[in-house]
Amino acid sequence: MTPVRDSARTPKIQVKGLHKAFGGNRVLRGLDLDIAEGESVVVIGGSGTGKSVLLKCILGLLEPDAGSIKVDGEEVVGLRGRELDRVRKKIGMLFQNAALFDSLPVWENVTFGLLQTGQIKRSNGPAIARQKLELVGLRPEVADLFPAELSGGMKKRVGLARAIATDPDVVFFDEPTTGLDPIMGDVINDLIVDVVHRLGATALSITHDMASARKIAHRVAMLHEGCIVWQGPVGEIDTTDNPYVQQFVNGNAEGPIKMPVRQA
Amino acid sequence: MTLLQLLGRTFLVFLANAGNLALFTARGVSHCVRPPFYWRNFLRQLVEIGYYSLPVVGLTAIFTGMVLTLQSHTGFARFSAESVIPNVVVVSITRELGPVLAGLMVAGRVGAAMAAEIGTMRVTEQIDALSTLSTNPLKYLVAPRLLAGLVSLPVLVIVADSIGIFGGYLVATYKLDFAPGAYLTNTREFLEVMDVVSGLVKAAAFGFLIALMGCYFGYNSKGGAQGVGTATTNAVVAASILILSFNYLITELFFAQ
Repeated sequence: MTPVRDSARTPKIQVKGLHKAFGGNRVLRGLDLDIAEGESVVVIGGSGTGKSVLLKCILGLLEPDAGSIKVDGEEVVGLRGRELDRVRKKIGMLFQNAALFDSLPVWENVTFGLLQTGQIKRSNGPAIARQKLELVGLRPEVADLFPAELSGGMKKRVGLARAIATDPDVVFFDEPTTGLDPIMGDVINDLIVDVVHRLGATALSITHDMASARKIAHRVAMLHEGCIVWQGPVGEIDTTDNPYVQQFVNGNAEGPIKMPVRQA
Repeated sequence: MTLLQLLGRTFLVFLANAGNLALFTARGVSHCVRPPFYWRNFLRQLVEIGYYSLPVVGLTAIFTGMVLTLQSHTGFARFSAESVIPNVVVVSITRELGPVLAGLMVAGRVGAAMAAEIGTMRVTEQIDALSTLSTNPLKYLVAPRLLAGLVSLPVLVIVADSIGIFGGYLVATYKLDFAPGAYLTNTREFLEVMDVVSGLVKAAAFGFLIALMGCYFGYNSKGGAQGVGTATTNAVVAASILILSFNYLITELFFAQ
């Protein structure tokens, strides 16, 4: 009996030949990436290499210049209106700075997606928000605060609660630990692993924090100059002889990745 | 760069901006008439634009009415034509000064606030977050503001007209020794429905333009705090200029023979 190979099944997310340029700046240049169902993939890469652009293209927030993006085998590029909303409902996203709506109290932030799609009644909102907040380790009193009253780590947690409130199949994490101290960063990493496991969700994260990548990834992909230059199981990032990955993991200024620093 | 290149580039940028604004307007308006409708956001904007602008609009109106009467008196006294002062004051205020001054004050107060709020939401990715939570940002943010501007400015202008006329009455009766009864009779008899209606049509147009400029520049702002600052300035300047130019156009539509 031959085991069913992963690649034989339809990937949850399949990106092929993705191109995106802003003016003359070609950010993505034919990016390919497959993510299997239930897998947690972390895309690593330097600042400004187009990691966020990749997420925004999959969400339909940016329109790619060329290429194909499939979610559950369905082409996303070119979708609009209700069709696009249907795909977006499958995906929850934790933004880099949480992007909480600062005109709304925490409970309304957390239940925003549920309220908009009419899945819950407004009067039940605070109670449901408290349950969701508990999942990310926040006290129920937080529900009545406003985002401006929260610390950075709390904002991230509320953002996480909002991203998972609708029980999405896929969760995106945009630099989940950026701007947090190492301990709080690790707490967030643990939470991510925990909620993704609990939801049975597929996760796609982007980060340049290697500690975070090691903790939450099953598989790591390295983005450089608009393409995935290496991908493999998280255990191999220290043993691979790929010079890009080695330079990135070890944080060397010298190597094949050149930072665009002006020479004196 | 030659002069022609500079001219061409400026012209192209202008065309691109005009096109973007036209598209934005069309999409914003189309979301005003398609469900779902965000009543909660609409009411919040009504309170923000209509109710909280009352003090500033009222103060503007009362001083305008007062100074208008005083100036008219110094002018008309030279021809012994003081009796037309109530007529001049009421027509000037309802046709022009009420809507224009209320519009400019609201542009400064509300247009700036809208651009700053939506601009901040843009640069902190809150607008992207709305999209990912199955909410169309144009429908959620822009449509309620456009409608609230359209509805609340005429109401504000009715208040401004009344307070402005009252300011004129105060100066006329207490300072210039007009007979209160005769002043009021003159005011009422000379005023025509068209004077007020044209002013309210202007107000509705101004309200829409103020909200549109606030939303447009906020929605398209980029690059952090500085970008939001630029958006705010642009929104107020553009709204003010549009108010003054549309004021002429609408006057021409109503009163040109």
